[in-house]
Amino acid sequence: MKGSSLIFKRGMVRLLGNEQRQPVTIPLFAIALSLLAGAAVILFLGKNPLTAYQNLLQGSGLLPKPSYAGYKSMLTDFTSFMNAWTPMLFASLSVAVALRAGLFNIGVSGQMLTAGFVTTLVVGYGTLAAPVAKPLVLVVGMTAGAAVGGLIGWLKHQFNINEVVSSIMLNYIAQYVISFFINTYYVNPVSRQSNAVSKAARLTLMDTPVGNLKMDIPLGIVLAVLAAVLVKFLLDRTVFGYEIKCVGTSQNAARYAGINVGRNVVLAMVFSGALAGLAGVTYYLGYFGSIQPRVLPSTGFDAIAVSLLANSNPLGIIFSSFLITIISKGSTYMSSSSGLESEIASVITGMILLFSACGVFIRYKVKGFKDELKEQEERRDG
Amino acid sequence: MERIIIDGLSFSLPLFIMAIGGIYSEKSGITNLALEGLQGVGAFTGALAAVLVAGSFSDQSQAPFYLAVIFAVIGGTVYSLLHALLCIRFKANQVISGVVINILAMALTAFLTKYLNRSVFGAASDKFVLGVSARITVPVLSGIPVLGAVFKDLYPFEMIIVLVAVAAWYVMYKTRYGMNLRACGDNPHAVDAAGVDVGKVRLVAVMVSGGLSGLAGICFAYSISANFSSSIYVGYGYLAIAALIFGNWTILPTLGSCLLFGFARSGGYYLVQKLKMPSSYSDLVMTLPYVVTLLLLVFFSKYNRSPRALGEIYDKGKR
Repeated sequence: MKGSSLIFKRGMVRLLGNEQRQPVTIPLFAIALSLLAGAAVILFLGKNPLTAYQNLLQGSGLLPKPSYAGYKSMLTDFTSFMNAWTPMLFASLSVAVALRAGLFNIGVSGQMLTAGFVTTLVVGYGTLAAPVAKPLVLVVGMTAGAAVGGLIGWLKHQFNINEVVSSIMLNYIAQYVISFFINTYYVNPVSRQSNAVSKAARLTLMDTPVGNLKMDIPLGIVLAVLAAVLVKFLLDRTVFGYEIKCVGTSQNAARYAGINVGRNVVLAMVFSGALAGLAGVTYYLGYFGSIQPRVLPSTGFDAIAVSLLANSNPLGIIFSSFLITIISKGSTYMSSSSGLESEIASVITGMILLFSACGVFIRYKVKGFKDELKEQEERRDG
Repeated sequence: MERIIIDGLSFSLPLFIMAIGGIYSEKSGITNLALEGLQGVGAFTGALAAVLVAGSFSDQSQAPFYLAVIFAVIGGTVYSLLHALLCIRFKANQVISGVVINILAMALTAFLTKYLNRSVFGAASDKFVLGVSARITVPVLSGIPVLGAVFKDLYPFEMIIVLVAVAAWYVMYKTRYGMNLRACGDNPHAVDAAGVDVGKVRLVAVMVSGGLSGLAGICFAYSISANFSSSIYVGYGYLAIAALIFGNWTILPTLGSCLLFGFARSGGYYLVQKLKMPSSYSDLVMTLPYVVTLLLLVFFSKYNRSPRALGEIYDKGKR
């Protein structure tokens, strides 16, 4: 027993002991643990976990499927995967910016919905030509998201209202008020959704013929990856980034250093809301072309998982959002081809979240093992 | 007027018992945003128990309901152990832990409901149908004008909740454990110095919040939705948190804020019906409790004093 625990401790230290590599190794460890746990669940349900995971990759266009419908191939699957990935990437960046300032923006879904709805009304139902409409969609979406985000920040700064509570309240208010407007004025009687936006305003070129394929080309993905790099620069290399990091680490210390805490709280939320707004327009005017009333997008909540997994590092988020999108996007194909409930995908996402929330504890434990082993070695040498 | 009171109460009381759970947890120093998930899991286990035994009782029997209540409390308590484990033993960020637990609860219960429906009951459905529980009218008291409505058409769970709430109040303010609990939230080191295990007090407090949230969850399932499905996650847990913040982390004022939410909601519905507005207007009414919460928080958050050690990981060596 003693020997095996020693081997376990040594293994853990070798695997995760390098402090410089921990920001990468610990999330990977959390993912591995949750995939293993997910595999156990799938096995328990009497299905082959390897096939299930393979199906996830096939559904996302990363592995070839056995057969394809006309005009479809692995490439079209991959472009539609990128179409789903874009809003996820923006939403996760939004969560990360707020987290840096010590704020927990759980209202990303509401901000996405608000931005999507406002933009649909202002641009989506208009008659502007594509070169004007598409940039305008981005600008209006960002502004609407920033307004809601800023409101949350202002409520926190001015009235000391916990941002989690206020953003949840705003989520529900947005959900019901927008549902009311859609059902009263803009509903499509056949689909029970809002009327589709004009093709010119759409951020994804749907069913575009390329060679003998028809693919959905998401224009936003380029912007989203650029945004990740830009956010990284802003957070790590500018005064603004430094100040919100100070505020996030210790408000008292920041105040003592002469940093305007209130202004930074509001600014961080404005910035976070603007990114959520971009997520909203790439979701409602890109991935979908309409809004389903009374439903909040789950992207805003999955984005929390993505951001936690990457320690809210913008470049890490590119990878973690890629992974989480594989799980959510591929789940449809997995459920149709192996008969598993597609909900298992969100269970796996939930478990990834759970294990990444334990990251601090894992780090602490590994350090304990390391010190213990070192002590033993010194005793032997001495 | 009667309808407003009856419907308002049947919404406020489950909210109130959940808020009491939240007060227990937060007074002991553990931020508990997990109430939403806890009530959902409680409702799930309770509904599952009720559906499983439904065949062995007659249609009129209330036994499945009481069984459901017991299992809901157990389910909520067991699931809350996860929050306790993360916050107390694993020293995770308590806000993050709460949100993680909510997301996991939604995913797990949605998956299990679908899976169990298919494999056990052989039906492709994403809900457990429960029906609405029977109502009771107290004979003499309900005759009082206006206030009599409080005793009319009561759900049995409303009486359970009142009894549990009184007990919870007594434990919190009149017993040694309650005193230790409240001290844990303000000055855990003093509690430790007095020879009491801070972790244990907090563990029990989180479990209480789990049990009470489970009770609230099954009450919502048996009254508002008449089934268990993912529609149980409409933010009542967060509403309860807003209520307890507004009630300044004390039990009686929290009752006041819960009643206010309940009456705002039932009053709004009444208005929509009375003015014969189209049904899509009920969406606007649904926002009322949330709008009221936000407005109240705007006016009262400044005067609030949260427990001093709330959300802090207990570190023995810290000074």
